[in-house]
Amino acid sequence: MAEWKVAQPKNKAAGWLEERLPIISLVNNVVGSDTPTPRNLNYFWNFGSLAGLMLVIQIISGVVLAMHYAATTGVAFDSVERIMRDVNYGWLIRYMHANGASFFFIAVYIHIFRGLYFGSYKAPREVLWMLGVVIFLLMMATAFMGYVLPWGQMSFWGATVITKLFSAVPVVGDSIVQLLWGGFSVDNPTLNRFFSLHFLLPFVIAGVVILHLWAKKISDSGNPLGIDVKSSADQIPFHPFYTVKDAYGAAVFFLIFAAFIFFMPNALGHPDNYIPAQPLVTPDSIVPEWYFLPFYAILRSIDFPLGIPGLFELVDAKLLGVLAMFASILVWLALPWLDTSKVRSGNFRPMFKWFFALLVIDMFFLMWLGAQKAEGNIPLYGKFATAYYFAYFVVILPILSRKETPLPLPESISNPVLKPAE
Amino acid sequence: MSTLENTNPEDDGTTRRDFIHVAAGGMAAVGAAASLWPFIDQMNPAADTLALSSIEVDISQIDVGSAIVVKWRGKPVFIRHRTADEIAQANAVAVTDLIDQQADGERVKAGKEEWLVVTGVCTHLGCVPLGTKTGDDRGEFGGWFCPCHGSHYDTSGRIRKGPAPENLEVPEYVFVNDTTLQIG
Repeated sequence: MAEWKVAQPKNKAAGWLEERLPIISLVNNVVGSDTPTPRNLNYFWNFGSLAGLMLVIQIISGVVLAMHYAATTGVAFDSVERIMRDVNYGWLIRYMHANGASFFFIAVYIHIFRGLYFGSYKAPREVLWMLGVVIFLLMMATAFMGYVLPWGQMSFWGATVITKLFSAVPVVGDSIVQLLWGGFSVDNPTLNRFFSLHFLLPFVIAGVVILHLWAKKISDSGNPLGIDVKSSADQIPFHPFYTVKDAYGAAVFFLIFAAFIFFMPNALGHPDNYIPAQPLVTPDSIVPEWYFLPFYAILRSIDFPLGIPGLFELVDAKLLGVLAMFASILVWLALPWLDTSKVRSGNFRPMFKWFFALLVIDMFFLMWLGAQKAEGNIPLYGKFATAYYFAYFVVILPILSRKETPLPLPESISNPVLKPAE
Repeated sequence: MSTLENTNPEDDGTTRRDFIHVAAGGMAAVGAAASLWPFIDQMNPAADTLALSSIEVDISQIDVGSAIVVKWRGKPVFIRHRTADEIAQANAVAVTDLIDQQADGERVKAGKEEWLVVTGVCTHLGCVPLGTKTGDDRGEFGGWFCPCHGSHYDTSGRIRKGPAPENLEVPEYVFVNDTTLQIG
């Protein structure tokens, strides 16, 4: 466990405060000058702080939007249009918030796949990893409910399709859906509660982020070599070294973010959401936002029941699809116990590398599949892609951990190439 | 200590105080559970939502061969005044040939076979099928056609071709009199 250093601020007022509430020590010890950090972190380690910054941007822009938004079906769409046309800089703040959701997910996906490749989920970081999975699930719920608020066609029908998933639950399914809707279809009560929860959940996320950082302090950052810190020669203080590196990364990331906000603000959205919600007319195709597509593809690819054909059916096709979709994320929670290889970094796992690369391709493929209409060969491809996704976690990783011979690990972070460990 | 005096020597040190702890904890748990229920139940449809859950429709203006759509519980409901020919078509097909086997007689009220009332939600992925308005594509079986994924419904609202697994749902309804229909 990382040691705790007490800050000795020179400033008298700061010292007075520190004696009563050691908040300077807290920051210093988690992301400051008293945070010894592996010296070899690469740019993939930038995305945690980027995700944190995106959360802050989403909360600030979101709170401002809530000052002008009205969560009532009759006026919700118009109030969003008013933000776009009449509210001073409303267009900017709304485009920041809408594209911010996408960029938040970009940062988080890279952060997650960084962890998958460099074995960030392995001991002693299991709880750190699992808290991350909880944050991701909360993000998905928040993003889904946020997308409903503008009350466009895609908002309405997306909400209908996703809430209807719960009707797959045996016996009480329809009652659950009615409970979620507060009526007999997605309507005003649904919009109201989604607004309330969309406002609440980001603060819950912020709370779990604090736990995530606390767990990071206890188990320390991992590093690209995946070996433990051996001496202080392996470490540099977080501040100024990584604060500066993170700031540089943030500048590059925000440049791209700004390019989307100012030059292609609707590139990641669906044009149908600029049509007010019409409960009696379905859009041509109901497509979720890009960050949900891989999981949507998994949901759709399961169109067969679990059981023996012609004899009995254990779980019907609809429920099995829903279970598969939830399982595709929940399986991450079991990851520390599925991949038992002692070597953390994929760099030293010659076979793992290839299966991991295939997983990344598989995710992009699923993302593409999720955006297609379920016609022709698309459902078949979906089955293969889904099969590989699950196989990677529950079959390939457990077997690889036993069969694979890893490359020799370097002796230490400060001495990575001169002499391999015996 | 007063608790020591209350200890029953044959009862491995269990005291009256332990009983009070368990009883108090148990009551607190029951109270917490009971006060949780209003917070769950408030999400269910409210009284005003329930009050609007049945509607009356004037059907005197629907000509033979045409249909209307009404909104009921946030969903479209198709009311079609069928021609004798359409009824004959619906009865002509053998029930065993159907995907979701149901005779036309089970889907309409006896003596009111000319009125077909179905929920306008495709049983595939919940789109609203075409075929209610004049000039709409009614599909290969003269009923409804869902443009999303190509499901064809017949003049009894039964699925005949395409990916939908079930017939269009028949909502609960009664004829209040010859010109008024109550849905829900």
